[in-house]
Order: sequence, then structure tokens, then C-alpha cells
Amino acid sequence: MLDAETPGALPRDPAGALALLERMQLLRAFEEKVAELYASGQVAGLVHLAIGQEATAVGVCGLLRPGDTVYGGHRSHGHALATGADPERLLAEIAGRVSGYARGKGGSMHLVAADTGFVTATGVVAGNISLALGGAFAAQLRGTGGVAVAFFGDGAGQSGQFHESLNLAALWRLPVLFVCENNGYAEFSPLSAHTGVERLATHAATYGIPAVTVDGNDLGAVREAAAVAIQRARRGEGPSFVECLTYRLRGHYEGDPAKYRDRAELAAWRAKDPIERLAGRLADAGLVDAEAAADANRRARAIIAAAADAVLASGPAPAGDLTTDVTA
Amino acid sequence: MTAVYADGMALGLREVLAEDPRVYLMGQYFFGLTRHRRLTVELMRDFPGRVWNPPIAEVGYAGTGIGAAISGLRPIVDIATASFIFQAWPQVVNEAANIRYMTGGQTGVPVVFHITHGIRGGGASQHSHSPQAMLMNTPGLQIISPSTARDVRGLIRAAVQSDDPVVWIDHVKLFDIEGELPDAPETIPMGVADIKRRGTDLTIVATSLQVQRSLVAAERLAAEGIQAEVVDPRTLVPLDRATILQSVGRTGRLVVVDECHRSCGVGAEIAATVAEDAFDALRAPIIRVATEDVPIPFSRTMEEAVQPTVEKIIAAAHAVMEARRPRG
Repeated sequence: MLDAETPGALPRDPAGALALLERMQLLRAFEEKVAELYASGQVAGLVHLAIGQEATAVGVCGLLRPGDTVYGGHRSHGHALATGADPERLLAEIAGRVSGYARGKGGSMHLVAADTGFVTATGVVAGNISLALGGAFAAQLRGTGGVAVAFFGDGAGQSGQFHESLNLAALWRLPVLFVCENNGYAEFSPLSAHTGVERLATHAATYGIPAVTVDGNDLGAVREAAAVAIQRARRGEGPSFVECLTYRLRGHYEGDPAKYRDRAELAAWRAKDPIERLAGRLADAGLVDAEAAADANRRARAIIAAAADAVLASGPAPAGDLTTDVTA
Repeated sequence: MTAVYADGMALGLREVLAEDPRVYLMGQYFFGLTRHRRLTVELMRDFPGRVWNPPIAEVGYAGTGIGAAISGLRPIVDIATASFIFQAWPQVVNEAANIRYMTGGQTGVPVVFHITHGIRGGGASQHSHSPQAMLMNTPGLQIISPSTARDVRGLIRAAVQSDDPVVWIDHVKLFDIEGELPDAPETIPMGVADIKRRGTDLTIVATSLQVQRSLVAAERLAAEGIQAEVVDPRTLVPLDRATILQSVGRTGRLVVVDECHRSCGVGAEIAATVAEDAFDALRAPIIRVATEDVPIPFSRTMEEAVQPTVEKIIAAAHAVMEARRPRG
């Protein structure tokens, strides 16, 4: 599949391939650090990690360009990082520090880096989907060629907002990419407890939206599907839907023991770890050997360690900021 | 020139469409089901491509308006009957209102939502809401609530110029009320009340259609020798508390009139403000004239009984005039 002719295919050059691997390693290192800080009490509140889902964020966001917009949800640390946001400012926001992107007002669920196109993130399941339509609407009317990307989970697929948005996007042929990260669980429930629909991509067909379901732990598969969708949007051919089958290796939120999942299932998905799979594939292709991959991982972890040190040394969000950033 | 309220609305919309290419109208029920609907048709004719017709999917198209605002447009999203804003509630109160704050000022939402509130005649419980107070209790939203053709025209411009979300709320029974329009366009600033009638004996603070009813009541009170001052805040957020307090400081008596339900209504907020900040000036207890705390009934007799009327305003004025508490 390492075919440069295929849109979105993995890069054939070692530097390009390594950059993607390193970005996924950065996401993993970042979220493991968040888990560590949460466990030690240095991060508090509701925190949802996407460890195990790195290929979807990096696969899609790695294909975007300036002017495109991304709309996240409650499990979006990785999406923000994948757009190129500064890890230190992201971590500071999650830790409620003044040096965070939102100076401590948003926290983990509203982790926004507008400067890299990650314009808003909602803590409400499906709440971001219609907002992405608006970004696409503006891009279409202005003829910018920009694309809007909404990331959401399988839990959003049963909501009214999801269906209203798919209908509107198709009706107005909006340049939007719906990325469903189907990790199998809507909070604490398997998808089968909430819908009889096995593949959420089938909803897209109802509205005439081209859709595909891919292995969400395969970076190449995600990139190829997303690239086709993005090209379609840029050509004015309307929305697309990419369902990525993936898995979160941790609970719904930090502190969730996730007893609703069995060990065999977890073990099976650990064996499909998207970072290890990519590293193996790049090694097999002779692009990135094990040593280079390990070096990249060390670099990613050093970046995150330095970011964490800086965050812990910085001050808390001042109570005096309470009344700024709002018109009352 | 003399014009009805609906003409002031249409002129205001026409002016912002002509002045600002970022303005789009999303929705075609600005004038409800009234004879003024032709004004929307004229706007569609004169501004091709600027007036969109979304499906009946409020949460979807409200979100689209928000997203478009984030991406640089200035959409005016028409939700039509105010009762339908509940279908869009998550996007209005939990996305639009919060985004600037929770992103620490990174992402602004310059959207305008238009709703037509109130007891319209036969609307019954599900088409007669006055959700101003609920919206007013949502930090992050500004609310314009005009009562005249001049005010609605000038406030539309202020709303479109605002960098934060605005709810524009007017009453369907205002549409045929005549008033004066200046020849030149004007911007009426947010947060500046208008004293619609000068008086020395008591202050009536009223909003939306109740301003017009209060002016009728004031004329009849004047025939009895009672001079009522009628204060119209014009915008509920920001609320011009200073003008209200100054008026009560002069008259010592206050009646508040609005079409929200009595408990926790806009009138309750104004009454509480005066009780807190102008207690020493009061020579009588404050009286609220409001809609009873019951759902809106259908039949004409019950509908008349449930809402504020000229007669109820006069009775309240008599009651505050009869109270004899020495000043200071």
C-alpha cells in the first residue's frame, strides 16, 4: 500500500514517514503523562484519554492545510496535538494553569488551539457536529477551498444532532468531513446496547453521503480514506463520512475501571496498537528502522517531559480572570 | 417617516445585508405567519444567495450558524417562534454562549439568533413562550428586545456588529405598531435604555410588547392625574441598570412589566436590582405585572387572563400610588 499514486498513502520518503510516527508517539507520550499527573493528583476534573486511537487523529489532521478547521469533543487531546498545537500550552490547560491555551477556563474537554485550526471542542456528545457544518458553510460561500472536520465517537451516532447535521451537509453539499471514531463503547455501553446499526457509516448512505469504514488503527487506511474525502470536499463535491474502527485502551474517563470490557477484548486490541503497527510497517518497508523509531520515541517523550516540568512550575489560573472573555 | 415595526425590521435587515457581505440570513420566518411575510420575499429577491432556507432542524442549523460565525461570517439565524428555540437549546446556551469563555477568548461567535416570543392569540402552550429570562440567566448571550420600529432597526445593526452572540427577540403583536423612523440608518448601542415617556409619580419598567401596553396605561393614568415614567431597557443583556435606578430615584415607585412568567422573570431581575440598589428611594413596595405561573392556555378568555394587560398595569400603578411610605 506504500503507493505514492494513492492519495493519502504513507510517504515513501523516510523523513515524511518518520514524522507521522513521531507525531503518534507524541500523542501517546502526552496522554500517558496526563494519566500520570492525574494519578498523582496534579491534574483533576473530568479527563478522557484516547490512548490507542492515535491513528485517527494523526491520519486525518496530517492531511489538512492552513484554513481548514477542526471541531473536537471531550476526547480530543490528540486531535489538538495532531493539528500541531503546542504540547506545553495544551498540558497547561488540562492542568488548569494560566499558561494554558484558554488560560485555565476550558480544561481537558474544551482543549482548543485556534491558531492551528482547532477552533472549538465541546464536552457535549455530538455538539460539535453542526458547528463543523458552519465552518464548511463559510468556506463554501467564500470559495476558500477549506474543509471542516468533525471528530466524534460512536456514541454520537444515535443523537438527533448527528442526523440533522448529515442531512444539512448533504442538502447544501458542504465541504465537511465526518470522522466517526468508533471505539465500540458509548461511555460505558457497547454500541449494540444503544443501536441495532452495526456500522454507523450506513447512516451516511441514507443521506447520500459517500462513506467508508476503515481499520482505524491503521494509519495508512485512515489517511487514504480521509484523503479521498478531503479531495472531494475541496472540489466542491460535498461531505464524506469516514468511520474508523478503533479502541480506547483506557476507560471512558480517568478513574473509570472499565469493568464492562473483558480482558481478552483488551488484549486483542493491544495487539493492534496503531503505533507499533505503523513502526512495524515502516521497518518492513525499509523506511524507518527500529533504532530510528526508538530515537523518535525518546524525542517525543523528552518534549512531553519538558512540557510537564514547565507546566508544573507555572502558576494556577488567577481568579481575577473570572470575568474576562465574556460580554455580560 | 412613519412605519410599522415590521418595516423597521425589514429595513434593518436590508441595511446590514447591504453594508456587510458577511451577513447571511438563515431562515425565512422573520415575520412569522403575518401579512408581512412578503418582506422576506423582497429580501430574497434583492439579496440573492444571502437568504437560506434550512430544513426544520433547529439544532442543526443553529449550530451551522454558530460555526459559520466562528469562521468569519455574521449569520442571522431565524428560529421563528420562540418556543422552537428549545429545539436549538444545546447549541444556543451550551455552545454559542460558552465558546468565547471556555476557549479563553480564542474563538468568538458573532451570531444573531432571531425569535418571536409571546402570547400571539391561540398559540396555546407550545407556541407562546417568552424565554427571555431563561436566556438572560445564561452568561455569554446578549439579548436585544426592541419595542418600536426605530429601535429594532437600530438594534439589528448593533447586534450584527457585536463580536459575541446576540438573541434578538421580538413580539409578533409588535409587527403592526406604528412609529417614527429616522431617514438615515443608525446604530442603537447595546445597554442603553430609552425613557419612552417622562413622568414624576411612578416608574414603569417594561420590555417588548409590554412597553406599548405600558404607554397606553400611562396615557390613561395621566387622565387621572398620575404621571408615569415608562422606561424601556431595549436590551436585556447588557441591562442599563443605571437608567432604571435613576428613574426610581426620581419617582420612588416602581412597577415592572414583562411577559415572562412571574417567578424568576425579567421583571423579577429588575425588581431585585432596584430593591438591592435603590431601597432607600422606594416609597412603596415594587409590583410585578407578569404572566401567571401556568402554561399558556388556548382559549381567548383564559389567554387574556394569564398575561399582562393595560388594565393590570393600571391596577398595579394605583396600588403603588396608594402605598404611603415616607421617603428616606
